[in-house]
Amino acid sequence: MVKRYLCKRLLYLLPVMLGVSLITFGLINLAPGDPAEIILRAGGVEPTREAVEALREELGLNDPVYVQYLRWLWNVLHFDLGTSFRTGMPVTQELWARFPATLELTLAAMVVMVLLAVPAGILSALYRHTFIDHFSRICALVGASLPSFWKGLMLIYFLAVVWGIFPVMGRGGLRHLVLPAVTLGFGMAAVYTRILRASMLDVFGQEYIKVARAKGLKERWVIGRHALKNALLPVVTLFGMSLGHLLGGTVIVETIFAWPGVGKFVVEAIFNRDYPVIQGYALFVAIVFVLVNLLVDISYVFLDPRIRLERGAGE
Amino acid sequence: MNGGLRKKHGFPAGRIVREKPGQHPESAEGLVGPALQRLKGDKLALLGLAVIAVMVAVGFLAPYLAPNDPEKVVLTQKLAPPSAAYPLGTDHLGRCLLSRLIYGTRVSLSTAAIALATIMLISIPVGTAAGYVGGWVDNLIMRIIDVLLAFPGLILALVIAGMLGPGLLNVMIAIASVWWVGYARVIRGIVLSIKEKEFVLAARSSGTSHFGIIVRHILPHVLSPVIVLATLDMGSLILAIAGLSFLGLGAQPPTPEWGAMLNDGRPYMQVAPQLMIYPGLAIMTVVLAFNLLGDGLRDALDPQGTLRR
Repeated sequence: MVKRYLCKRLLYLLPVMLGVSLITFGLINLAPGDPAEIILRAGGVEPTREAVEALREELGLNDPVYVQYLRWLWNVLHFDLGTSFRTGMPVTQELWARFPATLELTLAAMVVMVLLAVPAGILSALYRHTFIDHFSRICALVGASLPSFWKGLMLIYFLAVVWGIFPVMGRGGLRHLVLPAVTLGFGMAAVYTRILRASMLDVFGQEYIKVARAKGLKERWVIGRHALKNALLPVVTLFGMSLGHLLGGTVIVETIFAWPGVGKFVVEAIFNRDYPVIQGYALFVAIVFVLVNLLVDISYVFLDPRIRLERGAGE
Repeated sequence: MNGGLRKKHGFPAGRIVREKPGQHPESAEGLVGPALQRLKGDKLALLGLAVIAVMVAVGFLAPYLAPNDPEKVVLTQKLAPPSAAYPLGTDHLGRCLLSRLIYGTRVSLSTAAIALATIMLISIPVGTAAGYVGGWVDNLIMRIIDVLLAFPGLILALVIAGMLGPGLLNVMIAIASVWWVGYARVIRGIVLSIKEKEFVLAARSSGTSHFGIIVRHILPHVLSPVIVLATLDMGSLILAIAGLSFLGLGAQPPTPEWGAMLNDGRPYMQVAPQLMIYPGLAIMTVVLAFNLLGDGLRDALDPQGTLRR
């Protein structure tokens, strides 16, 4: 049954990825002006009528759209996302070189998120309607309302400029990672805290917790072994969801902290009208996002036997 | 809350309307009265509402409230400290910071409102069509939605805005073309759960046209959950627009917009941190107010927790 579910889930990806490729391909049509003209200008060539026409022919822009799409798709399937107008390097290579920095930042932000949200979520569920719970609610509300760029700039101002504890920007050791990771992770932590709290409270009401308590197990054991394990399940799914947010957030955070990742790269590409890079970035992020969500879905099936049984029974 | 607003692929974490039948009250009118009563008891939600009302008033009355012209450059006065003429000081071009913040309220709120209206104009017909017509129409719409949700929303908006080029209008187009998806899904779910209800079947058997059924019987039920979602979502919408403006894609100089003002203030962080602090506080206040009101509205309009986690 699990196998069948996985097969179905994988098959379902095909049309979605096809759609993603169509959207990405179509993006170029949003750009004002003729792509051939843009390329010529980017290369410092005067876009005369003849030059534009020659380049259009060379790039195959005069072919029917579906021919262009199929050619583009063929290239993409061979990891060819075109060449950056600005650097003249293959887009795949440019993105791949910057991806580790973004990955590092995203993972660090997830660590920050878990370190903040798990204790806060558990404590506010355990001490519901007390000062701790109210305080965490206020933090969550404010945390979710703060613009990430402002958070980042305030952290830079106070912790780097005024007190000089952390470096202002750039990528280096662990010290460089702290401020961007906190900026990125804090907003998500706010959301997670509330979700984990609700999830814990939900679990506390379940029979098996009552049984565990009735058996006379130590409270620490009940929480750690029984409650938390089950309460964390919905949080696993949220990892997939938060990834989209974190990836969206990296664009701003990398720009603020001059972090040399794909997010900062795409912002530069946008202002340089480097369309192949923008297009390649969209496709790249969509693939990462879809794959991570696939992994999350699969892991969820393995983590929660109840889901497996329900799904199995439903089919 | 903003962070969770687009669930795995698109909508509020756990704020999804589950497609359980029988959870929607039979009459929309019977819902509003008690809901308002409940809302009246929620102090935080009322505070949010009051802050929003004040902000909207500030936006409308900007020309009367602002002490100076927000776009007037006085180079002799640049980065001036607060004074009687400039209550919060001036920016790097000698423009009055307070006046720019006041006019910024107008720009930020109206941009978000227009974006939201556009989102509704797309998502209500699309979601209703998917749910009501069903069949291949539903299938097609859902597949398009699936594809759009394969992109992280903010990134797709960024990329679209980036392709279109800088400008507030382009930002609104980019945001709306991504954001409608979550709403359309929720609306479809609601329509699906209502269309088989007795009162709809009765209306149909008494000869009411499909259009009549949708307008008179279905849309009123769609409205209240959509209002809750929109209020909860206004915060993230404002944050997204401010974020794109901060990156330089939204409002162009000299338009006073909070995100863009923050970006302008960045190079002067050491000498004039207030240039960054105030616009950020303004954004936070508005977003927080919408989140408070949204939470309250959700509790009031949706006591059974249909929209809750």
